[in-house]
Amino acid sequence: MKRTFLKTVAAALATMAVGSAFAADITGAGATFPFPMYAKWAEAYKKETGTGLNYQSIGSSGGIRQIRAKTVAFGASDAPVSGADLDKDGMVQFPAIIGGTVPVINLDGFKPGELRVTGPVLAEVFMGKIAKWNDPKLAALNPGKTLPDQNITVVHRADGSGTTFNWTDYLSAVSKEWADTVGKGAAVKWPAASSVGGKGNEGVAANVTRVKGAVGYVEYAYVKKNNMTFLQLQNAGGKYVSPDDTTFAAAAASADWFSVPGMGISMVNAKGANSWPVSTASFILMYKDPADKAQSAEVLKFFDWAFKNGKGMAADLDYVPLPDSLTAEIRSKVWSQIKK
Amino acid sequence: MSVGTTMSSQPVSVKTTDVPTKSMVSIARRQRLQDIFFHRLTQSLSLLVLAALLGIIVSLFIYAWPAFHKFGIQFIWRVEWDIVNEEFGAAIAIVGTIASAGIALLIAVPLAFGVALFLTETCPTWLRRPLGTAVELLAAVPSIIYGMFGLFVFAPLFADYFQMPVQKLLGSMPLVGFLFGGSTNGFGILAAGIVLAFMVLPFVAAVMRDVFEIVPPILRESAYGLGCTTWEVVRRVVLPYTQKGVIGGVMLGLGRALGETMAVTFVIGNANRMPTSLFSPGTSIASTLANEFGEAADFHLSTLFALGFLLFVITFVVLAVAKIMLQRAEKAKGF
Repeated sequence: MKRTFLKTVAAALATMAVGSAFAADITGAGATFPFPMYAKWAEAYKKETGTGLNYQSIGSSGGIRQIRAKTVAFGASDAPVSGADLDKDGMVQFPAIIGGTVPVINLDGFKPGELRVTGPVLAEVFMGKIAKWNDPKLAALNPGKTLPDQNITVVHRADGSGTTFNWTDYLSAVSKEWADTVGKGAAVKWPAASSVGGKGNEGVAANVTRVKGAVGYVEYAYVKKNNMTFLQLQNAGGKYVSPDDTTFAAAAASADWFSVPGMGISMVNAKGANSWPVSTASFILMYKDPADKAQSAEVLKFFDWAFKNGKGMAADLDYVPLPDSLTAEIRSKVWSQIKK
Repeated sequence: MSVGTTMSSQPVSVKTTDVPTKSMVSIARRQRLQDIFFHRLTQSLSLLVLAALLGIIVSLFIYAWPAFHKFGIQFIWRVEWDIVNEEFGAAIAIVGTIASAGIALLIAVPLAFGVALFLTETCPTWLRRPLGTAVELLAAVPSIIYGMFGLFVFAPLFADYFQMPVQKLLGSMPLVGFLFGGSTNGFGILAAGIVLAFMVLPFVAAVMRDVFEIVPPILRESAYGLGCTTWEVVRRVVLPYTQKGVIGGVMLGLGRALGETMAVTFVIGNANRMPTSLFSPGTSIASTLANEFGEAADFHLSTLFALGFLLFVITFVVLAVAKIMLQRAEKAKGF
């Protein structure tokens, strides 16, 4: 009995060892926002090269923690890490994909994009200062529309998230009062008395679709998927724009990526006539002098492949791929710093 | 007769075992060693449980130390949860946890009591089995299912057919009106309490049914024989006999309600504000942990560990109080 038991254990261990020797999967962890994109790229990449990607979408802060603990070959974060922190840890950072955050509402009788709002007024809504839909300030922005006498329920993310960072970054940029009293972060203290939280983008989307008179913010993909009623936003150029890949791309094109160390620029309230004002990039973090150089090289190979071949897939999922001029610069200025 | 044969054969066997042979001594020694080994093994396994418990408390406390160090004991009653400015306090989450669990028990215990009584006392035999199994199955439904049910099915109905009419009816009443103020969007402490009640009901009912069933039939039948009504049998015979088990079942339900995470997260509203009415959205310790752990870093993370530590303490205190109450009750009865 004992003999056979030992034999089985030995056999099991042997297969495990062999298994891990063959599996050269890349490991990464972090932001949930780009996860569908990375997963789709990974699937296609595995078909072509046989190398898989094991990406755990545990959230941006989790991704930063994991790469600092060196348990993964790359970390992913929606909020960029500061240049000083990057230098301290000996890491580099580059954007991988672009998307946008969109204000959505639940108001009977209005089509997507039918209502317009400016940044400062939206900040007042999220602060609870504008508590009814027929508030004169909202009415003034939407002449000819009859807004109902209905209470506004603010829906926000209950979990800390890059989407919230992007959203509060935008509100801080357009409203000094928001910047002073609430600020920006992956999770903030929501001031509106009516506010309720939903877990994840799907939680916010579910709450907004369920509560009459609700306003919330979700990633663009959820707007399309759930056919939600979005608000048109006034951008820095004074034009009212709808969220789509062209307005996200316009915001990305207007950005001066290398003006900030680590490419950690904020794209909120971006200049440019057609820019969507709440666009964001999702970043990848890697070590300059990685412990496992083979893994690290595989990661670069993966993103190189994705930048070249992944654009169609990105468009399918309503993300915006990086422009070729930018990916060329990432290769020459950022990847060149990583030791192979 | 078999007895006779064994009696007559015994003296013979005694004689042969009078002088222990070498092989028998070794057998005895081996068996003794086996016993000692078994004793030590089971002992160390039970000590392992204790060590795990202590390990959890200690590690929670170590991780939570920066938060406790900064805010001191005040952390427990500070009404503040501001992640950007790193101002934290546990009061909002503690109130949400205790209020939602309390509401859940208030609703679930009487219902569970009724269910258990029906199943053991008055239920026709053919229905007993399917009903009992159904209760047990309900206890096995994962909590995320209750959460989804709460968010998509219960909350809309609750908003339209309970919150709005009740607010219209009682909202302006003096003294109690404030309890029903605030937004009527289907979320809040009361909604979380009711969904929790659905969840703990089968647990409490299943335990109560099991303990009611252990009442010796002779006690029950004697009481009926004396002319007791069903209620009198329950009140005077079944309940006193099963008191300990009933309280145990309630405590099990309370434990589950205090620590329940997903179902609460879906319906409590997840707002870090002190609830002012039964309808106001709030947050519980478990839901705060579930929501914020993924994106927490540094000091924020430490405060979450501090919250976890407090939840541990609260659960521990609740269980300890229950044990003490039971001991007192038993002493009073002279067991």
